[in-house]
Amino acid sequence: MIDFERVSKRFGSWTAVDTVSFTVAEGEFRVLIGPSGSGKSTVLRMINRLIPADEGAIRIDGEDIASLRPEELRRRMGYVIQSVGLFPHWTVERNIATVPALLGWPKARIRDRVTELLELLNLDPRRYRTAYPHQLSGGQQQRVGVARALAAEPRILLMDEPFSALDPITRASLQSELSAIHRRTGTTVVFVTHDMDEALRLGDSIAVMDHGRLIQCATPLEILTRPASPLVRDLVGREEWGLKRLAVETAGDRARPQERVGGEPLPSETPLHRALSEMVSRGAERLPVVDGDGQPAGVLHLSDLVRPAPDRAA
Amino acid sequence: MTFRLPLYNRVALLMAMAAAIAAVVLPFLGFAPNRLLSGRPVPLWAAVQGPGGLAILPGLVLLATPFLRPTRIGLGLTVAAGGLFAAGLVWLAGHHATELAQGASAAARTSFASGFWVMAAAGLLTAVDAARWMGLGAVGRLAVGGAVAGLVALQLATGHLDALSILKEYANRRDVFADAVLRHAMLVAAALVPTLLVGIPLGVAAHRFQAVGRAVFPVLNVVQTVPSIALFGLLMAPLAALGALLPGSGISGVGPLPAVIALTLYSLLPIVRNTAVGLDGVPAPVREAARGMGLTPRQIFLRVDLPLALPVFLSGLRITVVQAVGLAAVAALIGAGGLGAIMFQGLFANALDLVLLGAVPVILLAVAGDALLSIGIAAATSHIGLSPGRNAP
Repeated sequence: MIDFERVSKRFGSWTAVDTVSFTVAEGEFRVLIGPSGSGKSTVLRMINRLIPADEGAIRIDGEDIASLRPEELRRRMGYVIQSVGLFPHWTVERNIATVPALLGWPKARIRDRVTELLELLNLDPRRYRTAYPHQLSGGQQQRVGVARALAAEPRILLMDEPFSALDPITRASLQSELSAIHRRTGTTVVFVTHDMDEALRLGDSIAVMDHGRLIQCATPLEILTRPASPLVRDLVGREEWGLKRLAVETAGDRARPQERVGGEPLPSETPLHRALSEMVSRGAERLPVVDGDGQPAGVLHLSDLVRPAPDRAA
Repeated sequence: MTFRLPLYNRVALLMAMAAAIAAVVLPFLGFAPNRLLSGRPVPLWAAVQGPGGLAILPGLVLLATPFLRPTRIGLGLTVAAGGLFAAGLVWLAGHHATELAQGASAAARTSFASGFWVMAAAGLLTAVDAARWMGLGAVGRLAVGGAVAGLVALQLATGHLDALSILKEYANRRDVFADAVLRHAMLVAAALVPTLLVGIPLGVAAHRFQAVGRAVFPVLNVVQTVPSIALFGLLMAPLAALGALLPGSGISGVGPLPAVIALTLYSLLPIVRNTAVGLDGVPAPVREAARGMGLTPRQIFLRVDLPLALPVFLSGLRITVVQAVGLAAVAALIGAGGLGAIMFQGLFANALDLVLLGAVPVILLAVAGDALLSIGIAAATSHIGLSPGRNAP
């Protein structure tokens, strides 16, 4: 758990972060979003004390981080940045092993962990273990960057616009891999971005910042349906609002569980904008939905996509 | 139908033409009754008569190299032809000098003349250019250079060249020559120690604090512009005064101490500058990531900054070594000894071969230092894949 209590940071006369308080729960995927200079990166970098707070307290699992050695604190968290920052003179293996080596893990354990992580990030260990960073594409470098951050099994992962420099296809695949890793490991993630689509797609909750202040902290659905200010509404954008709205719910959320219909079924975790697209391309107004085990989970109706959000989500 | 020769290697063509013209027009050797009189020229055609002339057969191959396809084999042949031609010219010079010595007085001198130098240089330059074109690494180039040097060393060792004037000069100074080489190397080494001890911390400071760089670099730049003789001269007076103040300290205005001080002053700029530039070139995200992962400042310096700045630092060291080897020769003027002493003796006695006896080892020392550090740079850069100074990936 990460707890900010009335935290401020000033650089000279400029207030980068202004009395910000929030809590990130254990295992939560929290996205920080806002325009440039809104203070989102500063907040992130205060969590691992790359930037010291001027006022207020930052606690991790109830422990004030100011009482810890910064290096010790940082070794307990993963840290991924937009420009990756792999060590160019070290192999992929040694890069990934950085923190485990600092923590003094036995060699065999480090080796096994590197293999596991390379496989997790879809990099063939035989091919990439001994490669040097300059031999990798930008996407592969960031995969190694994520693997390096996860190496010592941190309970908190800090990511500062990690996918912003990548092409859309690579970005999308890294986003879904990150989602899967998050679901599997239960790591708490704090993720900075300026891209609302990315925030809506990845976040359990989204904190919107502007001029160093926290404007709104809510679920993706609430951000879409109840923006706290014109700025939040602008960040979401009016363009294709309906599709964004659909994207934050899944076929399972809206299916009528008792009904059955024939045809190629949709997995229940399919986002609703994909489901709509399926309906359009198949020319069908009803599609069967199956759960994770392939068992029938009901039927999704076209008319259900346009009805207002169910009460439980509101 | 006309047949046109395809030209692949313009450098080789230029060199082959220079060598061919030198072979015809310029004297290959000079032969004098004694070392004070100017000699009569010996053209190449006079020297190649007889079976000894076969030694410069690689020269004929050299004439063909401009038209060889630049494949590995073609370029390899060019390298071999250039190197063997130079070594062959030395052999021929030794061979012909021995012939000339028969029936001449013991005071007679046979020296290399302009034709020899032009042809040898043309051969070596062709070889160097082709080796680079081949993509030969630092180790490969050192191997080629070592092979040519080895062929000449073999001739020296077997006494084949003893009739040449430069070796007669050597024979006269056999006892001081080894001392001079050693003394020369010691001067350079003695200057490197304080240079590195002061220069590296100064470079680190200039990287960390802009103010240090602004204060240090103008001073070092000015030092570089002072002519070496002037700097030696400037140091003489204060050091002589200091020596007079501290009798028995061994400090004096002449000798090795002012030489080492002056060499250190000259050597500082490349070391300080390249240390600072090398550290400046470490990409900021790499340092940021290192901090974010919990490396201590000391670990960041030793594991990230140092290895990434090393190639640029080594190029600075290379400049320093080559420069110091050359400047140390001038230090002979203030009594520091070394190979410069032999050179100046030759200059004052108007004995060109004595000048050569001092100059050739200076060149060889500089080339050897340069080659060794090139290998170090190649080793330090090989897997970084990051040209020094390049920023974010």
